[in-house]
Amino acid sequence: MFAFIVNRILQAIPVMLTVALISFAMFAYVGDPVAIMLGQDFTEAQRAALVRDLGLDQPFWVQFAEFVANAVQGQFGLSYRLSRPVAELIAERAPATLELAFCAATLALLIGVPMGVYTGLYRNSWLSRFFLTFSLIGVSLPTFLIGILLILCFAVWLGWLPSFGRGDTVQLGWWSTGFLTWSGIKALILPSITLGLFQLTLIMRLVRAEMLEVLRTDYIKFARARGLPNRAVHFGHALKNTLVPVITIVGLQLGAIIAFAIVTETVFQWPGMGLLFIQSVGVADIPVMSAYLMLIALVFVTINLIVDLLYYAVDPRLRIGRGKGGH
Amino acid sequence: MRKLLMAAALAMGLCAAATTEARTVRWAASGDPNTMDPHSQNVGTVTMVLQQIYDPLIARDQELGLAPGLATRWEQVEPTRWRFWLRDGVKFHEGQPFTAADVVFSITRAQQPTSNFAIYVDTIDRAVQVEPLVVDVITRVADPILPNKIASLLIMSQSWSEQHNATRPQNTRAREEMYTTRNTNGTGAYRLTVREPDVRTVMVRSNDWWGWREPASRDANITEIIYRPIASDATRVAALLSGEVDFVLDPPLQDLNRLRAAPNIKVTEGPEVRTIFLAMDVHRDELLYSDVRGRNPLKDIRVRRALYQAIDIQAIHRTTMRGQSVVTGTFFPPQVNGYVQEEDVRLPYDQARARALLAEAGYPNGFEITLDCPNNRYINDEQICQAVVAMWARVGVRARLNSMPLAPFFAKIQRDDTSIYLLGWGVPTLDALYSFQSLLRSRDGGQGNGIWNYGRYSNARMDELIEVMTNQSGAPRQEAIREALRIYREDVPHIPLHHQMIPWAMRSNFTIPHMANNQPYFRWARLN
Repeated sequence: MFAFIVNRILQAIPVMLTVALISFAMFAYVGDPVAIMLGQDFTEAQRAALVRDLGLDQPFWVQFAEFVANAVQGQFGLSYRLSRPVAELIAERAPATLELAFCAATLALLIGVPMGVYTGLYRNSWLSRFFLTFSLIGVSLPTFLIGILLILCFAVWLGWLPSFGRGDTVQLGWWSTGFLTWSGIKALILPSITLGLFQLTLIMRLVRAEMLEVLRTDYIKFARARGLPNRAVHFGHALKNTLVPVITIVGLQLGAIIAFAIVTETVFQWPGMGLLFIQSVGVADIPVMSAYLMLIALVFVTINLIVDLLYYAVDPRLRIGRGKGGH
Repeated sequence: MRKLLMAAALAMGLCAAATTEARTVRWAASGDPNTMDPHSQNVGTVTMVLQQIYDPLIARDQELGLAPGLATRWEQVEPTRWRFWLRDGVKFHEGQPFTAADVVFSITRAQQPTSNFAIYVDTIDRAVQVEPLVVDVITRVADPILPNKIASLLIMSQSWSEQHNATRPQNTRAREEMYTTRNTNGTGAYRLTVREPDVRTVMVRSNDWWGWREPASRDANITEIIYRPIASDATRVAALLSGEVDFVLDPPLQDLNRLRAAPNIKVTEGPEVRTIFLAMDVHRDELLYSDVRGRNPLKDIRVRRALYQAIDIQAIHRTTMRGQSVVTGTFFPPQVNGYVQEEDVRLPYDQARARALLAEAGYPNGFEITLDCPNNRYINDEQICQAVVAMWARVGVRARLNSMPLAPFFAKIQRDDTSIYLLGWGVPTLDALYSFQSLLRSRDGGQGNGIWNYGRYSNARMDELIEVMTNQSGAPRQEAIREALRIYREDVPHIPLHHQMIPWAMRSNFTIPHMANNQPYFRWARLN
């Protein structure tokens, strides 16, 4: 088990380096931060001094090596746009994104899985048909459109929920949370739905397909023959067997939720990392962009690792196989 | 005696009740200020917050004229010496008394190489304290428009800046945050209480501000300003419609009609001091992005005129800008000192003439060229370029549109890597010299000369006239501006398009004077 984790971490290193290299190379094309920092009036000398200050006159490989060396120590330098340490900026924004991602993922799981089970069991009921039709909306409408429609409905017409921002937050140490105030919770609702809707429909469709598959197997027939109650068969036997692919997808989707909250955060002016990234792209704030991409790569690598470990928990066959190999 | 005291106390209590009735205005715009340092970033999003907090020596009135600020009067006592008499009894928000030393310090600070405000202090040699409340500013050359420039320079407290190690505006080399990036200490109408970058900025009324006694602020009643950036256009409009914000500085043009129709919302409009024009490479012997080999068609005035006359500016005004522009034949608007109405005349729109000019210049079948255009910097910038490309196509000039976000766009044109490009130019000093010097003067290495002249236009007579504008005042200076504007009209270094109009949207119960510098002054605002 330990060897497995170490192995996976070693595999992650080249992945991270590649991401760093690609993102760093990309930034050569996003524009010149110097032009933006200098503003409308400057002299050639000022320009040259700033280029030197930022180390932009160094060859690409030197800049990259410096970046990696600093990144390993958690140093991403100062944001060009805000003149503040990047690590601090990201730490400040992370709670907003993580809380939003958490709510969206919970929403997707708590609604998506039961809906999937239901549509799998009662394929022809009108409710299943309704769920499936509804899920088409989630799959086909782009996120920003869903966000704007929700704002139009619930903020502009009905006036029930705020159209932007996080509401009032409470500071718990360095973590700022919106869960402890009424306005914070209200502010979470629309963005969570927007962000979670696609995942919800995806999970529902996946669980449904897997359920249909599993329900046809002999294993279930035997379980029924043993006279087990429906509930035990459906949830204990059938659902549990659908979980391996569901966990894989949910895990990867959680990464996607965190990484691609960008659109939702932009629509709702949600002060998270995605919004920070978008604002940084606009002005070629290279330190923030590279730190963000590295972080996202790290999130994906970590989630993959956790997903692999979870397989052990839900699939006994893997445990036995590994157990024998280990001894 | 006791009765009198009680009466006085009661009266004071009543006064306090009348003035401290909380009026919070919730304000939104698309961008957030990058910094709270008053001498670091010379951009509108920073200024719009900082000018509520800090005062300049010379303020602007509602027509953008000069008005007493921290200086009550000023005079050019010698050609190279301006004297400022400072306001007595002013205190910074943290309690430090305001003196001449703070003025000397602030001017010196703005002269640092890391300052973005060098253009406002470029002629200043040094500032010296004459008396505790009298300052002399000594310029290297006679500078007739120094007050216009000083009006953009905010005054900081020397002792506070020194205490927080912030005597330079910015230091990119240091890998740590400057104190002034998130903290302020001004003398202004509002004081900063919360600063969460990209989330919210809260300012509360400073009751000690000297200006509350002025007539313009008599009806003002805003006690708190909450600024929140909302980048997405649709969300910003939704927040205004749903009543979550009271005031939007930059409502998107496509939503204006809807906002006008909405109950409880009003839209105010006015011209902005920003002119949109096309500038061309008139320097190279062969264009970088064209199919013409061996010569540069844009060096030929007939071609420049043809491109100019091919543009149906009224159509752009009507359709692209939905009426939100002021068509112009020159490159700064009437609010700018030096403007001459008679020289603000366009070459007429005339496709036949344009074709004839092109044929005369040796391009009967037109030519190919790439138009560089920003797509998120000015109002409808990309759409304007699309319209221009279509209009040129009708006279045979096949323009390829290369539109891109502002970051790569500015990087590209600042490398002179362009043949023709669209630019918008604001004039913060509100004086013609700033535009002439940056946009049309030959790039000879002198401070500020031709730094935005990426077409590398160079005209000896123009340079002479700009020199006159720099050194002289009164009638000879105005005459130089007039002649330079005439040259601009006849020599076509740019193709002028229009001055931008800026709409502001707000709830009906909120009143604020519409300013041509696109800056809201809450000291003059009222919420009912």
